[in-house]
Amino acid sequence: MQKSHQIFKKLKGAPLWGLAILFLLIISAMFAELIAPHNPIDQDITQALRPPFWIEGGSLKHILGTDELGRDILSRIIFGARISLVLGFIAVALSGFIGTGIGLTSGYFGGRVDSVIMRVVDIQLSMPYILIALALIGALGPSLRNIIIVIGITSWVDYGRIVRGEVLSVKENDFVKLAKIAGCSTVRILSKHIFPNVVNSLIVLATLMLGRVIIFESALSFLGLGVQPPTPSWGIMLADGRQYLTYAWWLATFPGVAIMLVVLGTNLVGDWLRDLLDPRQRTALKGGGNLLWKKKS
Amino acid sequence: MQRYLLKRLFHSVITILGITLIVFIITHLTGDPVNLLIHPEASQAERELFRKELGLDQPLYIQYFEFLKNAVQGDFGQSFRHQTPAFSLIMGALPATLELTIAAMLISIFTGVPVGIISSIKPRSYYDRFGMAFALLGQSMPVFWAGLMLILLFAVKLGMLPSHGRGGIEHIILPACTLGLFSTAAIARFTRSSMLDVLDSEYIKTARIKGLSEYKVVLKHALKNASIPVITMTSLQFGRMLSGAVITETIFSWPGVGRIAVLGIYSRDYPVVQAAVFVASVLFVAINLIVDILYAYLDPRIKYK
Repeated sequence: MQKSHQIFKKLKGAPLWGLAILFLLIISAMFAELIAPHNPIDQDITQALRPPFWIEGGSLKHILGTDELGRDILSRIIFGARISLVLGFIAVALSGFIGTGIGLTSGYFGGRVDSVIMRVVDIQLSMPYILIALALIGALGPSLRNIIIVIGITSWVDYGRIVRGEVLSVKENDFVKLAKIAGCSTVRILSKHIFPNVVNSLIVLATLMLGRVIIFESALSFLGLGVQPPTPSWGIMLADGRQYLTYAWWLATFPGVAIMLVVLGTNLVGDWLRDLLDPRQRTALKGGGNLLWKKKS
Repeated sequence: MQRYLLKRLFHSVITILGITLIVFIITHLTGDPVNLLIHPEASQAERELFRKELGLDQPLYIQYFEFLKNAVQGDFGQSFRHQTPAFSLIMGALPATLELTIAAMLISIFTGVPVGIISSIKPRSYYDRFGMAFALLGQSMPVFWAGLMLILLFAVKLGMLPSHGRGGIEHIILPACTLGLFSTAAIARFTRSSMLDVLDSEYIKTARIKGLSEYKVVLKHALKNASIPVITMTSLQFGRMLSGAVITETIFSWPGVGRIAVLGIYSRDYPVVQAAVFVASVLFVAINLIVDILYAYLDPRIKYK
């Protein structure tokens, strides 16, 4: 059992900014109807292309301005959080599930199964995943379900490789050998003895992948093969805003800021979790997991 | 050593075979290719005849072997849109993509590595904090948004650089910076952590005790040993860049493989998409193979299983 002051000690090093951003994201996604000042798909041509409030011609009615159809940008960003988060969570869960299953199999059984799976991993890693995803969605048709499926089958590889690597080292432990001697079934060994030892790395990876999946979705939507309008997705807002870049910069700027902040949040929290849960894989930001925000001691 | 090289080569061939299989499957997911090729009012008999001509009445595995035989010879069929061979269309666009990727690679190496080194010399200094904050932001930015913001600043507001197309050196600056942004950030962070590891080691302390200048310690002794993981990581970034090029080329109307492939997907021009995926993947496999072989010669400590 961990004493409460130890838990607080660990939380002390937490990336407050990262957690705050993710908290804001989750709140926006859950309570979009309550928070957003306007309906995200209500058009009002008389209010089209209003700048943000601090610029001449803008007003506090539309804090971040409006788009070419007079829709409120801030409200669309708040509702866009819902799409990004829901899609992100389901896609991460799907690819994590596939990847973990394949990684456990590959690492535990080894031999021929392992070499076949590793070749499949090689193949997938050598292909430009954006083109594959675009081609698949072009073929299957762009719907939320298809996007999740495509992201799931193009990004399981990362989980597969990490889990396999972990299993390879975990299975050499005595407790696994003893479980085998004691006559535990393979399923039991994998689920009760090996999986719990891999969970930490999985949590870290899933956090970092959430950011990547959100970028992936917005890239697909940006290229017109993701979520379809009028659904307020950050990628679609960027793609629309691109045409008005020369005289209405706010259309493309703010959704991008939203994406960047969320991904920054997942990166900060992911790096922190890695230091906390998985001391073997140290972060790229060594010498203090969150050296950005900590005062000089 | 020789066995290792042969095995590596064998793996590469298997990988390329797998790639052709996936490329082949993608076209068959789109439904009946005949619908894409024939005029819409064709009669049933015409369709059957056409199907036979294309070999689409054969079992799938025979179709795949046909496809493989042609693919190896660089024949992916005619582009539906351009009425020219898809493969030569892609090969014609390849120099533009390579130019962009190499420019982006150079930018990220020549900014990422110095930023990483300077950060590692004085960890937790203001410079380090600033550099790493910038790197973290760079890794969190979506490529297409970074591209739009660069266009907004340098092409729209300042009017300094062209926002699209390929031409003189001024045309490549914005797309190359966009494409290189993520890798610059990744290389800077990785160089820093790799240097910190090395600077902590006994032989660096010995070198310092010997009274070598800081300049010599850092740039000669530490950098040399920190560079091997950095080189591995940089070669992996290349694959990422080939994917990133798809989006960068689309934003900047850069006439490369990625842009042609995206336009091909929009117009369901599948021979072009197949050729593009194939060429990009083979390029990536080849680069990885070359890097691995170079290692085998350069670093005799690597064990070959």
